[in-house]
Amino acid sequence: MPVITYIESSNGKIKKNGFELASYSSELAKLLNTTAIALTVNVSDCSELGNYGISKALKISDDSLNEFNASTYADIITQAVNKTGANTIVVSSSLDSKYLAPILSANIEAAYINNVISLPSNLDPFTVKRTAFTNKAFSDTSSNSEKVIVGLSNNSFGLIENSIPIDEEIFEVSISNSNLSVESSEKVSGKISIADADIVVSAGRGMKGPENWNLIEDLADTLGAATACSKPVSDMGWRPHSEHVGQTGKPVATNLYIAIGISGAIQHLAGINSSKIKVVINSDPEAPFFKAADYGIVGDAFDVVPRLNEKLKEFKAQNS
Amino acid sequence: MFLFLKKILCTHSIFINFTYIWRNIITQVFMKVLVCISHVPDTTSKINFIEDDTKFDVQGVQFVINPNDEFGLTRAMWLKEKQGASIDVINVGNQSSEPTLRKALAIGADRAIRINSDPNDGFFVAKQISEYIKNNTYDLIIAGRESIDYNGAMVPGLIAGFLNINYVTNCIKLEIDNENVLLDREIDGGKETLKGKLPLIIGGQKGLVEESDLRIPNMRGIMQARQKPLEVIEPYDFNSNTETLKFQKPLPKQAVKLVDSENLDELINLLHNEAKVL
Repeated sequence: MPVITYIESSNGKIKKNGFELASYSSELAKLLNTTAIALTVNVSDCSELGNYGISKALKISDDSLNEFNASTYADIITQAVNKTGANTIVVSSSLDSKYLAPILSANIEAAYINNVISLPSNLDPFTVKRTAFTNKAFSDTSSNSEKVIVGLSNNSFGLIENSIPIDEEIFEVSISNSNLSVESSEKVSGKISIADADIVVSAGRGMKGPENWNLIEDLADTLGAATACSKPVSDMGWRPHSEHVGQTGKPVATNLYIAIGISGAIQHLAGINSSKIKVVINSDPEAPFFKAADYGIVGDAFDVVPRLNEKLKEFKAQNS
Repeated sequence: MFLFLKKILCTHSIFINFTYIWRNIITQVFMKVLVCISHVPDTTSKINFIEDDTKFDVQGVQFVINPNDEFGLTRAMWLKEKQGASIDVINVGNQSSEPTLRKALAIGADRAIRINSDPNDGFFVAKQISEYIKNNTYDLIIAGRESIDYNGAMVPGLIAGFLNINYVTNCIKLEIDNENVLLDREIDGGKETLKGKLPLIIGGQKGLVEESDLRIPNMRGIMQARQKPLEVIEPYDFNSNTETLKFQKPLPKQAVKLVDSENLDELINLLHNEAKVL
């Protein structure tokens, strides 16, 4: 039984997390002595997935699917699972995939295990490691069900190149109607989202007011980073809720997280703990964030950040 | 509609049994809302495990209404106060979750239901609640986008799948006009507005109401909560489909490397050559 993975796309292009999913799925398929199949929606060229061990792409093409609808998407994945006989399904941890996965789980009677950070440590029963207690712990969780949906945590597995020939096949599906329709959507244009970013620059109350956020935005621009903020900052309306990261906000799992003027409350740290490298800039050497960070600078953000930005610009100019 | 009924109530209450009419108003005119409540460790809790790392150590841990559920409960209170609604709260848990349910009643829910079993996994909890909903119709079901302990993020979606009803998670705005519903959903990098109809289930979070809108039960609410019904029902016959075998805590972190604020080149050097993230 093959492994099947649902690969997300945007405007016909495979999203960055798709290659990590492909890598994970093909390594998982090796363990299970089978092959990995990708399912894509409105992507014309899937050849790149072959670089990460995907042997077959099932391509769905239908304009009515340009708008994401969780139950419709869960239905088309269900059809792909039924067609291929797959017992193992891999999805990402994007908001869309976390939205559709439980519906898919109910459809195909599969166990759904999300926030997964490793390949299975045991195949019978299928057992994987996941994060729990909002990154304050890990758990080994097993499935008692014949089918299992693995929700892979972003940036937890990385890319594994393994070029193989990929067979691209058009997959015809029947598209179910939904009673929910999208009226409008707002995306902050020209800015990278927290979910897609390799680097996040985040700031807290230490910035003293929303008028000072240009320092943060300039630094983020230099780094190609997304901007984020602490809970008090979003509660006070300095920044939009969509930037709030932490236990009750967005989880962050980036390569580099730079925290500026954030003291590091336990709830904030929980939300960002999965990030690989954490840098803290804070004038208070006793700030709890220093205990959670890899690198720290004790200093005033208004002094350090502009100088750091200039240094990084020089660095980027030399290294590009 | 409400005024009209009130008028009938006033003119005919001498002839017609008052409670009969009142029940009619509650069940037929007002929206019926079910809020699913998880009983979770407070966000500041220290997380420890016992019995060879197979169980969460509840000793010294304060339990609360799951924050994502509490935003939903508060939104439900607004519906009750502004548009008229009856609010039931439900929890799958053992007796230890009763104080959490009482707190929900003190905040203003009308009735609590506890399905008497450990919440073995998300699938089990969703099956239990779905079965209850099948026998007790609701217009609107509110759950949290995830619980902050196991972070399964599946209960509302599974219920939607089992019962085949409209579902929106990461819900940050909810407006109801008769059976028409307008919702905002957080998406990666922004938000989208969705239109649909009741019945509906949502996964709520901050934004549905603000942190400052959350309510601390007052003495009157706490007294009233003691009189409100808390029904305990035995679990329906379902198994869980996952098992948590063992927990681990993250390894202790290495001490932070401090860089002098006058030596920012050193930070860039470390990030580039040592951490390899630049």
